[in-house]
Amino acid sequence: MGDDIKLDELDRRIVVATQAGLPLVAEPYQHIADELGTTAKEVMQRMRRMLESGIIRRIGAVPNHYTLGFRGNGMTVWDVPDEKVVEYGEKIGALDFVSHAYHRPRFLPEWRYNLFAMVHGTNRDELKHKIDAIAEMLGKDNRAHEVLFSTRILKKTGLRLIPGQKTVIRE
Amino acid sequence: MDDIDRSIINNLQGGFPICEHPYAVVAEQLGINESDLLQRLQQMLEKKQLSRFGPMYHAERLGGGLSLCAMRIPEADFERVAEQVNAFSEVAHNYARDHEFSMWFVLGTETPERVEAACREIEAVTGYPVYNMPKKQEFFVGLKFEV
Repeated sequence: MGDDIKLDELDRRIVVATQAGLPLVAEPYQHIADELGTTAKEVMQRMRRMLESGIIRRIGAVPNHYTLGFRGNGMTVWDVPDEKVVEYGEKIGALDFVSHAYHRPRFLPEWRYNLFAMVHGTNRDELKHKIDAIAEMLGKDNRAHEVLFSTRILKKTGLRLIPGQKTVIRE
Repeated sequence: MDDIDRSIINNLQGGFPICEHPYAVVAEQLGINESDLLQRLQQMLEKKQLSRFGPMYHAERLGGGLSLCAMRIPEADFERVAEQVNAFSEVAHNYARDHEFSMWFVLGTETPERVEAACREIEAVTGYPVYNMPKKQEFFVGLKFEV
């Protein structure tokens, strides 16, 4: 983890060609290779290397919670003791109704929360039960928590992974 | 969406093979044929049941900067500030949330150093502080979402 491999120009072009998705054709790597003027073998070799080094997290389907029926989604934020944040982050991150969990910095006194988790439920009632379950798991180490619901998308253009290119890499 | 679609979602959130005919390999594991798999993936993407199919890149390891930032913006100033924040090309997503910390956006920058600089520029333009909350650690178990 974290040991960066150096990406060359062809690696970067592969990232740009695949960041929005893999072609839905029988030979997707050949398809990319044709676009980039190289061979499928070269594309596969470089993608394997990026996968092994963690530059590619994984290859597969990214489900859309909302359209799959999860209408109660909230960003939950928790104030837990700093020395236990990793332990609890791992526990919360492993729950099947949590899609992402992060340790983030506090800004005292205005912002006390150091652990963030995106929680998904089919509706807000179910979401509430799931959040209660997390609170119970944390016990007295849950010093405070809140749920922040999104009320409006103000912008959604996607991340700039490579200069000059844009894509959405995560919801 | 039927049982086969659900099985695709449940089994294909990672581990898609890198080989000459990867869809054929996966289709066989799922007990369907290659063209059926391709058609179903296409449909689920069109219906936005999948937001994407392919490699998920680790933004920071590609050399850029990434952070979640929050701002406390009073209602009366919200639209003006939203417009000013959104004008930054490095602001990828921006959400209004029902909290005193009412604006939450993701900054994706070409270099890690640029995150802090962009925050200062946003503060200068909007007149409000930016709370820069880059992740210190990620607890990410991505292969478990079940439908």
